Parts: sequence; structure tokens; C-alpha cells
Amino acid sequence: MFSFESFLDLPLIWFGLIGTAIFLYVLLDGFDLGVGILFPFAPSDQCRDRMMNSIAPFWDGNETWLVLGGGGLFAAFPLAYAILMPALYIPVIIMLLGLIFRGVAFEFRFKAHGRSRRIWDYAFHFGSLVATLMQGMILGAFVQGVKVTGRSFAGGAFDWLNAYSVMTGVALVFGYALLGATWLVMKTDQGTQEWARRSASYVLGYVGLFLGIVSLSMPMMNADVRALWFSVPNLYYLLPVPLVTAALFVFIWRDLHRGEEYRPFLMSLGVFLMGYIGLGISLWPWLVPFEVTFRQAAAVPASQSLLLVGTVFLLPLVLAYTGFCYYLFRGKASHESAY
Amino acid sequence: MFENLDPVLLARIQFAFTVSFHILFPAFTIGLASWLAVLEWRWLKTGNPVYAETYRLWVKIFAVTFGMGVVSGVVMSFQFGTNWSVFSDRVGNVLGPLLGYEVLTAFFLEASFLGVMLFGWNRVSPKMHFGATLIVAVGTLISAFWILSANSWMQTPQGFVAGEDGLLYPTNWLAVIFNPSFPYRFAHMVTAAYLTTAFVAAGVGGYYLARDRHVPHARVMLGMAMIMAICVAPLQLLVGDLHGLNTLKHQPAKVAAMEGLWETRSGAPLVLFGWPDQEAETTRYALEIPKLSSLILTHELDGEVKGLKAWPREERPPVASVFWSFRIMVGIGTLMILTGLVGLVLFLKKRLFDTRWFQYWCMAMAPAGFIAVLAGWFVTEIGRQPYIVFNVMRTAEAVSPLNGAPIAMSLAAFVLTYGFVFGAGSYYIVKLIRKGPHTEEETYGSHGVKVPPLVTGLVAEKGGRNV
Repeated sequence: MFSFESFLDLPLIWFGLIGTAIFLYVLLDGFDLGVGILFPFAPSDQCRDRMMNSIAPFWDGNETWLVLGGGGLFAAFPLAYAILMPALYIPVIIMLLGLIFRGVAFEFRFKAHGRSRRIWDYAFHFGSLVATLMQGMILGAFVQGVKVTGRSFAGGAFDWLNAYSVMTGVALVFGYALLGATWLVMKTDQGTQEWARRSASYVLGYVGLFLGIVSLSMPMMNADVRALWFSVPNLYYLLPVPLVTAALFVFIWRDLHRGEEYRPFLMSLGVFLMGYIGLGISLWPWLVPFEVTFRQAAAVPASQSLLLVGTVFLLPLVLAYTGFCYYLFRGKASHESAY
Repeated sequence: MFENLDPVLLARIQFAFTVSFHILFPAFTIGLASWLAVLEWRWLKTGNPVYAETYRLWVKIFAVTFGMGVVSGVVMSFQFGTNWSVFSDRVGNVLGPLLGYEVLTAFFLEASFLGVMLFGWNRVSPKMHFGATLIVAVGTLISAFWILSANSWMQTPQGFVAGEDGLLYPTNWLAVIFNPSFPYRFAHMVTAAYLTTAFVAAGVGGYYLARDRHVPHARVMLGMAMIMAICVAPLQLLVGDLHGLNTLKHQPAKVAAMEGLWETRSGAPLVLFGWPDQEAETTRYALEIPKLSSLILTHELDGEVKGLKAWPREERPPVASVFWSFRIMVGIGTLMILTGLVGLVLFLKKRLFDTRWFQYWCMAMAPAGFIAVLAGWFVTEIGRQPYIVFNVMRTAEAVSPLNGAPIAMSLAAFVLTYGFVFGAGSYYIVKLIRKGPHTEEETYGSHGVKVPPLVTGLVAEKGGRNV
């Protein structure tokens, strides 16, 4: 059996790759889920058509990152996958059901007329909203830790449900709404853009508030995390994370009011990146928080090596043609049905 | 109220339900993607607008089907962990990379270029658009390659060792990927997908011809479908036979269940119909053809065929469902071959496109491929029970450490959601077919504009080229 174990730190590489895949999923599906969250608040049907068209060529590829996150976790860290999925059973299933409703709405909406079209408008909105809420709650449950005995989940079916996870769920709804609104500022014009701009400024405040609560609550809940962030000299090394985040908020606010089109979206991605980095620092090196590290959960070197060979070539290729698609469908979206 | 429910049974029902629903979409889109590539190629080659119009009708149906395939497929990638976490933990080292490769080599390819295929008409050249269609078609085949390799490994596992901790460790990747039943299962499934699509196309073509609508397009659909039925349906019989012989070698109990044979004997009869009784260990009311089973399975009149009694009771699969699913699959396959033969005769008599009863027959056969695919999967999946990884791991040991309640509730939610969402999907597909291809210059959506408005500006720049 061939293996790169002797000269590569395979678990670390895979921890980075899976982390990247999940982060890309959050960014990419984040903005199209965000568009779904904002959907019923749009001023007109024409506006909604435009919103839908702006994401129609992309949503499918965006969601594939979720499959890569799930499939990759199974491939590279089967133990983590086998513990986390039963632990998060109910929110994962509800999230999947939400994704079904909003995914089919893309196709069905343009084929339906009158009242049946309303059904798919709501399927799209509530599907996106529920999927986002569940992803946020999964995050909340994840950072609080999971009960493990031996090699399996040992908690109850509702361990994931508590006030904290509800809070993180709502937080993510606002976070994705920010991504969606700034995406629309970039991809639409006229009335839709104007409305998206106002929505973005409105949710920006809530995103700041929730990000603050989550950031402060994690050190409060866990002594190790507290020690990590608030001890000297760590405090000085880690200080840039909250400072850069705060600066990004100021810039987004300013650019939204200055009429910038691209920068609010790019800087909102930056806010997510900072949040993700902060989370990564707090949870290192746990893959199932406070129970199983990424090294303990790793598949055998032979398995991680096999997949790595392909990934080295395929992932850049995937990124290249994903980028090509975004380039191909550049410019402003219109409200007309697209094909 | 759910405390007494058996989590293993519920997890099995849920998996069977979600995967059966899911397989319907790939079974159709694998064939449809390839057919769309052929249509677009013919169009580029001949310039005949009928091909382009036929393409545009079917690409819409493709989009709806593919969308449903994606969302039901995302569910599958989580089902291993949510319902079968012990299985995931124990075989993750072996199966994980295969599924990882499916995502990396196929899913991204399909998802990205589907966007170009649907929305790219005026943004890329016709040749590049054809390239996108071709890439999507190849993507569906690559996806089938990996997932069938993984499934086949669970049927005929090799290339691994079992550790003392109960985990499986890979020792030879080529042996894992190209396990003994994989080439047969792959060929059998891809051929089945092509036939499924062909018979849907034949049904729609027959429907238009019977109503004298869109006749040129209907002739393309029915004609191309008949080429498939004539050439591929008999080929499928051969592939299926080879697959069966492979199963006999590696999973003889499954074959005994398919044949409804209980006693080990030479010169075993072929049981045409009957009712296998698992308790009484016999097939009741059997209608038999002497010695035929031995002839088919061993290619000798007096060859010995193992019966189910050769295995202890707890090692036997549920016989009746395997027995009957097998008959449904073979029956439909036979009807497909017959349809091809009749089509050939009609073609030679120059009556293929105006024989009314044949048009109705094709309409009746439209869903046949789906039923045959499901029946075939029932045979192979139920036939390997009680194992999840054949002779290595039992299904009952593989289930997640959950009680029945969450599984029962999520099963109910899946049934309701799939019923509603996929009912609506079928409704819109029927609506698209009713509406038929646009023969006038293509208008986009219900707004009556002639260019895809996403790109109005860009088209004006390029002189309004409208493919």
C-alpha cells in the first residue's frame, strides 16, 4: 500500500482541506441561501425574478461543496462523521429537507404561474430559512461539544437543542442575509439594488451584535478557550482577528452608503473568514469538540493518501472551472426567465 | 409511542425509500445527458433546426430531473452517517475515498457545466455549448462509475483486511475499485439507464405522433429510441446474463432466491412463477420448465445448482421479494426487446411512424425502464441480505446508536416531502411535454422576448446571434 505518511502530515493536510471545503460551502451557499432568506421582503415580483436569476446558474455548484464537506469528512475522518451525524441527526435531516424545497423551487418557479408560483416562492424562502437556521444550530451544538462513549455518540436525540444553539441559528440567518444582500448589490441594479443596499445596512447591525455575542460566549463557556484567548502573550497575537473584523464592519457600512457595488460583498466574505478563523483557533485541534481530535479521527494513511493524489489535481481544476462559470455569468441579472 | 420500533428495520426502510427515489433520477439523467449530446451533435453537423428544438425541449426536462436528482442525492451523502454510523466508522477507510472521488471527479463537473448548458446559449459559442453538454454527459458516467464501484464492493468485497478493532483496512486499491462484480454491475446499470431514457423518448414521440403534433420532432424521438431498443435491449439481456453468472459465483444464495430454488440438485428446473414460502422452505404453486435453470446457470442440462437449504435460515435473504422483483425486471426487459423487434419490422414495412397501436404501446412502455431499474436494484440489494458488506458485516450491526423515534419521524418527513416535491416535479415535466417543442423562433419564458434577457446587453454587442 502506498502512502505519503513518511513525509507528509496527512491528517493535518486533510483537516485543512475539509475545513476549506466547509468554509467555501458557507461562503458560496451562504449568499444564495441569503437571497432566499430576503426573498419575501423584496418590493416586487420583478425584483424576485431578478434575485432568482442572479443565483440560478450557481446554486447547484455551490451546494456541491456541502456534499464535498460531508463526503470528505466520511472519507478522511470517518470516525468524526460516524459520531457527528447521529449526534446532529434531527437538525441535519431538517436542513436537508429545507434544501430540497429551496433547490427544486429554482426549476419549478419559472414553470408555474399564478398561485402555484406563490407556493414555490414560499418553498424557496422557508427552505432557505430553515436550512440556514439548522446550519447555525448545528454550529451551536458543535461548539458546545458532543457526548461520546468509545467510538460512538452517546447522547440523546435532542442534545443539540438549547437556547445557545437557537441563538447561533438566528445569528447565521442574519449572517447569510448579509451575504445575500451584498451579493444582490453586486449583481443587480436600479430598484432591486437600492432595496438590497438598505437591507444590507439593516442586517449589518444584527450581524455585528450576534458575532459579538458568539465570540464572547465561547471563552465564557469553556475554560480552555478562555485561557487560549485571554492569556498573555496570546492576547496580542490574536488581537488582529477582532480588530480586522471590526474594521471590516466599518468599511462595509461606509461602502454601502457610498454606492460601492463589489466591495460590500467581498468584505462580507471577509467578515465570515475572520469568524471562521476565530472559530478554528478556539476549537483547535478538536474535530468532535472536546472529545476527538482530528488526528484520532483520521482514516488510515493509505486511504488519506489515495484521495490526496486526486485532490491535488482535481481541486484546482474544480476551482478553475467554478471560477470560469462565475466569470461567464458576470454582470447584472435581469428579471426575465432565463432559458 | 415509538419505543418499540426496531431502529434497524426503520433505518432500512428509510434508506430503501430515499435511495429508491433517488435512483429514478440518475437512471433517467445518465441516458438523457448522452442523448442530448447526440442531438446537439446532429444539430451542429446537419444544421437541421428540428434537432435543436428537440434538444431545447428535453434540456428543460433534464433541468427539472437533474434538480431533483441533486437534492435527493445530497440526502444520500448524509444517510450513511445519520442512519448507518457504525457502518461508516468500520468501512470508512475503504469506501470513503471512492465516494470522495465521486464528488471531486463528477459532481462538480456536472453542477458547473449544467449552468453553462442551461443558461449559456448566448454566452458561449455553439461548439463550446456542445462541449458543456458532453462534459455533463461524461460527468454522469463518471459518477455512476464511482458509486457502482462502492456498491459492488459491498456485494463482492476484496482488497482489505479486518483489523482486531473491527475496522476494515484497505490493502489493494485496484482490487477494491475493480472488485469482481463491478464491471458487470456498471455495464448493466448504464445500459439500463440508456434504455430507460430511450423508452421515455419513445413514449413522448408516440404521444405526439398519435395526436399529429410536432411530427418531425416526434420522428426524431421515436426513431432514435427504436435504434436503442433494437441494438441495446438484446445487449442488455447478454450483459444481464453475465452479471447473473457473476452473482452465481460470488453470491449463490442470491441466485437461489432469484430462481426460487430450495433443494440443491442437478438438472434444476426454471421456476417461471410461484409463491416462495420462507417458513415452509418451498416455492408453492410453482410452474416449472425442467432442467432450464441448470442450463442457464451452468450451461449444462444436468449441472448442479445450489438451493437455499444449503444455507442456514439466518443466512438466507427474503426470498419472495427477490424472486418477484427478478421476474418483473426480466419481464420488462423481454417486452423491451419485443418492442425493438416490432419497431424493426414496422420500419422495414415503412410503417414505423404511422402505426397507431404501436404509438399507444410506446406510451404505455414509457415508465417501463424506471420500474425495471427499481426491480433490479431490489433483487441485488435484498438478495445480499442479511449482510450490508457481503459475508463481512451484517446489516443489523451497522445501524446508528439511535432509538426508533427520530428515524420514524424523519422517515415520515421524507415520505411527505418527496411525495409533494417530486409529485410537483412530475407534474411540471408532463406540462413541458404537453406544451411540446417551440417550432417558431425560441422565446424565453412567458415574456415573449426573443433573446435570453439575462444577457440582453451582451447579445446586442454580438449582433444578436441567437442559437
